[in-house]
Amino acid sequence: MSSPDVPTRGPARPGPYIITGILLTIAVVVPLYVPAYSMDEPRLAGMPFFYWYQMSWIPITSALVGISYWLVGKEDRRRRDSVRVVSNPEEGK
Amino acid sequence: MSGATMPLAAPDRPISGVALAIVIILFVLVAALGFIAARWRRNERTGLHSLDEWGLGGRGFGTWVTWFLLGGDLYTAYTFVAVPAAMWATGAVSGFFAVPYTIVLYPIVFLLMSRLWSVSHRHGFVTPADFIGGRYGSTALTLAVAVTGIVATMPYIALQLVGIKAVLTVLGLGSSENVLLTDLPLIIAFVVLAAYTYTSGLRAPALIAVVKDLLIYLAVIVAVIYLPIKFGGWGPIFDSAEAKMGTTNPATGKPTGIFIPGAASYSAYWTLALGSALALFMYPHSITGVLATKSRNTIRKNAAVLPLYSLMLGFLALLGYVAIFAGTNPIDLNGAINPQLVVPQLFLDSFPEWFAGIALAAIAIGALVPAAIMSIAAANLFTRNIYRDLIRPDATPRQEAKVSKIASLVVKFGALVFVIAMDQSAAINMQLLGGIWILQTFPAIVAGLYTRWFHRWALFGGWAAGIMYGTIAAYNVVNPVTKANFGGSIAAIPGTDIQVYIAVVAFVINLVVAAGLTLLFRAMKLPDGKDITRSSDYGADESDPKVAQIERERPLAEPGAPTF
Repeated sequence: MSSPDVPTRGPARPGPYIITGILLTIAVVVPLYVPAYSMDEPRLAGMPFFYWYQMSWIPITSALVGISYWLVGKEDRRRRDSVRVVSNPEEGK
Repeated sequence: MSGATMPLAAPDRPISGVALAIVIILFVLVAALGFIAARWRRNERTGLHSLDEWGLGGRGFGTWVTWFLLGGDLYTAYTFVAVPAAMWATGAVSGFFAVPYTIVLYPIVFLLMSRLWSVSHRHGFVTPADFIGGRYGSTALTLAVAVTGIVATMPYIALQLVGIKAVLTVLGLGSSENVLLTDLPLIIAFVVLAAYTYTSGLRAPALIAVVKDLLIYLAVIVAVIYLPIKFGGWGPIFDSAEAKMGTTNPATGKPTGIFIPGAASYSAYWTLALGSALALFMYPHSITGVLATKSRNTIRKNAAVLPLYSLMLGFLALLGYVAIFAGTNPIDLNGAINPQLVVPQLFLDSFPEWFAGIALAAIAIGALVPAAIMSIAAANLFTRNIYRDLIRPDATPRQEAKVSKIASLVVKFGALVFVIAMDQSAAINMQLLGGIWILQTFPAIVAGLYTRWFHRWALFGGWAAGIMYGTIAAYNVVNPVTKANFGGSIAAIPGTDIQVYIAVVAFVINLVVAAGLTLLFRAMKLPDGKDITRSSDYGADESDPKVAQIERERPLAEPGAPTF
């Protein structure tokens, strides 16, 4: 490659990515841990625990992913802005 | 010919006039929409004469269109038919795993897909195999990913036809004596589908998906509110399901199904969910949906809102149990019980004909959206990674679009022949194998998004090992009733008696082989392929210049900000 790699984003701060990682890990691991929910009682409106518990993880996961989107999106914008501020004066040379 | 010898065993169903009329009206409406789609968001300068336009809808779908498009793409008609059918027939493990599957899917999509979007946007990649080619510089690995994608997609398209067929059968179209008459409506539907896909490309399913998804939501919401009220609440419905699953199946001497998994089924349940979730976004049609989005974060935002479809799927699965309580009797044309007719039959039995018509139309139209996207995705793979990479390296965008359009027709015709000429179970077996196979492209694609540590030939070796194990293991599963091979997707981990999803074991073998061979090949100093991507590509968004543009504008740019 002739031209150098022009970064599209500045350096990452680990915080948002660590929190996102934890949230997403919860969203993957907890719904897959079958022993926690393979039971009939307590029923909700006649629905066994096994069924309503899993269904209730759908909105929970949605919320966890939504929070992740907000966290990572904010950091992503910050990283992008930091590069644009740095690279603009150089392009003006 | 059971129909000829025992005519009374298979009485032809009466045609449900009102429901059929509504299905036909909605189908015509949707077909018109498919053709109109060619003018939607049209790029006046280039028309549809490139893969970016025809095959990816102009790469400009925003959050809303993507939500409908991916919803229609991932939650297919076959899912709507097969998941409740599995619940009705054998209960939770083979049916309800679809719920955790479509839960854990979205964190995975969130993590992986925006990186794939960014690098594809920068380099103009249209298919996952394009990315592999650019990242590893290996023709063999590119071809492996492309062929796996095409082969795994074909039976998936065929199964969409199975979904339409279930609806047509319940409506009373078709007879046990006249095969041509039975298949004629299916053929007409598919010719129309092929025609508007040819003219409008990905824009057609995107527009149709909006109508289809609204109809499906309407049907499911009404059904899950109305039916439990009609049948006295969820309690009796679940009780009757529990009773059915507990009875002994005379053919096997074992319980009919599983109502709530016991300890012996835990590993099967969660590996089915995880393996399917890992595999789904390796399918070319899913990646086509991702690459058609406008910006890096469109897919991430969608990962947070697409679970609404999972909720709908969960309730739809429970309709399988509702059908047990309601005593739905899914008798196919040949007089045998066909679980796949359960949901269409339930709607026809429990609702006024006009509403059943809307629900059945939603399922039938639901087949057209994924079938179109799948055929486009397979055609793009063929065009980019077989035609361009191997036959005509200097193909122009216009030629690519032309080849892809024709390939989409061939793919659909193949699927049609699959369903009409072969036994339905052949399509189901192939789909089962396809799920195992497509997961074997995961290490190359996903590892490639983060690292070049794996050696290209090691990834090829891992892919081959995974495919081989998966195919043999799936062949060795024998259906306890029919004694046929490819009897299911669950087998014991070799050397143990822990029952798991075969694809997951194959995936682990794949990873181990790829890692081991990488160490070996690095020690032997075998040559690495040329990597045309850079670390900055993986974070690019729509406002960043594309690679072609960068090289045009500043071929020898001054060293800019530090690289990392």
